[in-house]
Amino acid sequence: MIEPQTKTALSSAFPSITWSEFRADARAVVPCDEIYAVLRFLRDDLGFDLLVDMTCVDYLSYRGAEDRFGLVYLLCATESNERITVRTFVNEPLLSVPSVVPLWAGANWMEREVWDMFGIRFEGHPDLRRILMPDEFTAFPLRKDYPLQGRGERHNFSVLYRAES
Amino acid sequence: MAIELPENVVVSKLDELASWCRKNSLWPMPFATACCGIELMATGASRHDLARFGAEVFRFSPRQCDLMIVAGRVVMKMLPVLQRIWQQMHEPKWCISMGACASTGGVFDTYSVVQGIDRFLPVDMYVPGCPPRPEQLIQSIIDLQDKIQREGTVGGREFTTRSRQEPKRALVELPVITLPRGVSHLPQGVRIE
Repeated sequence: MIEPQTKTALSSAFPSITWSEFRADARAVVPCDEIYAVLRFLRDDLGFDLLVDMTCVDYLSYRGAEDRFGLVYLLCATESNERITVRTFVNEPLLSVPSVVPLWAGANWMEREVWDMFGIRFEGHPDLRRILMPDEFTAFPLRKDYPLQGRGERHNFSVLYRAES
Repeated sequence: MAIELPENVVVSKLDELASWCRKNSLWPMPFATACCGIELMATGASRHDLARFGAEVFRFSPRQCDLMIVAGRVVMKMLPVLQRIWQQMHEPKWCISMGACASTGGVFDTYSVVQGIDRFLPVDMYVPGCPPRPEQLIQSIIDLQDKIQREGTVGGREFTTRSRQEPKRALVELPVITLPRGVSHLPQGVRIE
C-alpha cells in the first residue's frame, strides 16, 4: 500500500521511474545509476525508514527477460504504514551497485548475502565478505548457470584415516 | 591338563576384558546438526533410556568422549569442524553415522552438502532412516558393542588393520530382487534367494 502523494512525489523527483502494481503493492523500477538517489530520497523525504529485505533474482533464460540480475529492495514506512518495492537491473560485466549500508545499517548482511550468492559488488560496503559459503569458495552458487550439485567443491577435502586420527 | 583355580576366579584374555569394559561405558559425543539430533536427544532421555546400555553420558567436549554420533547433514563449512572434533577425541574411539544425510547426503544432493561423512572420516556404524527411530540408534549402539567385543584389543590393533584404513562408502550395491510377474510385493516372511 502506498499513498498517491508519495507516488507523485517520487515520480516528480525521478521521472525515469516506471511503475507497476500487483494487488495494491506498488513496484518502482529504477535505472541502475539512480538507485542510491531514489532510496535516499525515499528514506529522507518520504519516511521509508525500514529496509525489510534486500535480495536478488537471476533472470538468465527467464522468458521475456532482458536483463540478467534484478535487485529488489522492500521498504516500509513505519509511521504511515506504506510499503514499496524498488527494483533495479544490473548486467554483466558491470555487476556493481552502490551500497545502502549508509542509509540502513541492516543492509550489511543482506548485501553480503547477495554478494555471496550472486557476485554483485556493493560499492562502499564496509565489509564485503562471504557470509554463508566458506571464504575459500570461488563460485556464486545461486546463479542460474551454476550447477545444482556444484563443481566438485563438496568433495574437495582431506580424508582422515584411522591411523592418523 | 586341569588348572587348580580358587573360587571366584575366571580366566580370560586381557583383550576381551578391556573390550568388555569399553563397550559397556561408551561416552557419546553428540554432533547433532539436524532433525536426527532430536531423535538422539530422545534416545538419551528417559523414555528410551540409553543408560540401559551404558552410553548415557553425553559430553559436549570431544576430549571426554569415545563415540561420536554424527546426527544430521554436514555441509562444507561444517566438515573441517567435524574433522577437528574427531581428531580431538582420544583413542580408542568409534563413530556412528546416524541417518540418511550423514551417511549419504540424503535428499540434499546440492553443492554445499557433503555426500556422506565416510568420504572424509572413518565410520564404524551406519544407521538408516530419515530420521531413525531411537530404537534404531539403540540397535546400532548394541551392534557397535558387539563389534567392540568381537575385535577389540588392548593396544588398539584393530584400528590399524588394512580394512580400517580404507575410506568406506555407505552406498554398497544392493542385490536387485526381481519379483514374479503380477506380484507387486512380497508377503511377510517370504524371501527370494
